Amino acid sequence: MIDIKITDEPLQVGKCFKRITSDHSGCVNIFVGTVRADNLGKKVLYLEFESYEDMAINEIKNIANSIKEKFNVKNILIHHRLGKVEVGEAPIIIAVSATHRREAIEATGYAIDTFKKSVPIWKKEVYQDGEAWVSARP
Amino acid sequence: MTINVLIFGMAKDLMGGSQVSLKIDGDSVYPEELKQILITKYPRLQEASNFMIAVNKEYSKNETKIKDSDEVAIIPPTNGG
Repeated sequence: MIDIKITDEPLQVGKCFKRITSDHSGCVNIFVGTVRADNLGKKVLYLEFESYEDMAINEIKNIANSIKEKFNVKNILIHHRLGKVEVGEAPIIIAVSATHRREAIEATGYAIDTFKKSVPIWKKEVYQDGEAWVSARP
Repeated sequence: MTINVLIFGMAKDLMGGSQVSLKIDGDSVYPEELKQILITKYPRLQEASNFMIAVNKEYSKNETKIKDSDEVAIIPPTNGG
């Protein structure tokens, strides 16, 4: 099962776990990105995300399909939130279930690394005294 | 021909809008040519290092011929997550 979503609603780890777990898998590995209160010495109030949504969905599907090719996993969930995301909240959740842990852990790492490089979503940091688009970082 | 270009992320600030219409000689253009046309018209775009061109919601390839019926977009370096 592949579950992909781009949404304005808050993401919830528990719900994602329930979607992805199965009686035939031995583990679920979940990656949760969270918003930091500071970056490069500046205090961050919140992040603002935007996307080229149709293309973003296509690119996320490509990632899910290549996970299926590369790793022996059961279910894949990739959800990303748009709009204002507060410090401590989650802009992204990636969850993968598999029979054995190594495949799930590797697939999750592959998914977030590829996501950052290829999915057309951008974030702006908002500070007390202004805002700035965040440049790509490794 | 005239092509409509969608603009995202930091490129919106650098170009001052979320969409632009460009008149281009001929009936098709390659992505690298389009990038040069854009940079000439909007020099600040160079600050969005290595921006990409998407055609019909996919990353373009060097040999993609862009026509006026295509959906074209400027994709600055992405950083979701």
